[in-house]
Amino acid sequence: MDHVFRALADTTRRDIFQRVIGGGLSVSTLADDYEMSFAAVQKHVSVLERAALVTKERHGREQIVHGNLSTLRRAAALLDAFEEIWIGRATKIAEILGEKGSAT
Amino acid sequence: MTVISTTTDPVALSLTVVAEFAASPERVWAVWENPRQLERWWGPPTYPATFTRHDFAVGGESRYYMTGPQGDTPHGWWRMDMIDEPRRLEFANGLAGDDGEPVPGVEPMAAHVTFEPIESGTRMTTESKFVDEAQMEKMLAMGMSEGMTQAVSQIQGLLTSEAA
Repeated sequence: MDHVFRALADTTRRDIFQRVIGGGLSVSTLADDYEMSFAAVQKHVSVLERAALVTKERHGREQIVHGNLSTLRRAAALLDAFEEIWIGRATKIAEILGEKGSAT
Repeated sequence: MTVISTTTDPVALSLTVVAEFAASPERVWAVWENPRQLERWWGPPTYPATFTRHDFAVGGESRYYMTGPQGDTPHGWWRMDMIDEPRRLEFANGLAGDDGEPVPGVEPMAAHVTFEPIESGTRMTTESKFVDEAQMEKMLAMGMSEGMTQAVSQIQGLLTSEAA
């Protein structure tokens, strides 16, 4: 899986992601709003798809792009776990520093 | 309150934790430099760390393992990338195999630590930067307390059911 950071480093992709988070949009609807070819927009959507930030769903002749917020939430949950670890470490350091005879 | 603030950025996969201590920067620096002091706080409470090597010089490496409640001993390593005593240090922290040596192909995480003198002692800021979610999960699986593992799997369970 390509990382979300690389996928969202591009302005157009960020814009696409933000728009589809609000609700599914077809690739052609998205393509209408950018000054680039349909194929170019489709390429951007593929990058977002590889990073699991969006999913595509075929609807007749249209491809509907949906935002997938759970990818960002998963990253946030993992960061929260590391945050807990660092809070635990800082608390322990304070304890060690508070011990008698620890001053230099 | 030791920890003053924490910031997480799920897009950049970075975490910043700011803590303040009632001790000089030199004294706070010593808990990183001295392996006997370092191993008292590096591992989570249920996974105390033992540093078998701690070459605290630029380019120098460390080797450590942690001892879990079931007697499991996950291994890890550090590589010091920058040392500016007692102001800043940068190091890489990665997973090691049962032989204690870095696992090839698994990228380490980057940690940047700064120490600033303040009126009440020292402000220590740690910034952790991760490569991707898979790396974070591997690092967490190493020596994470049981309660925390449960918490994370619960969160992931919620996310999965929400996405369905």
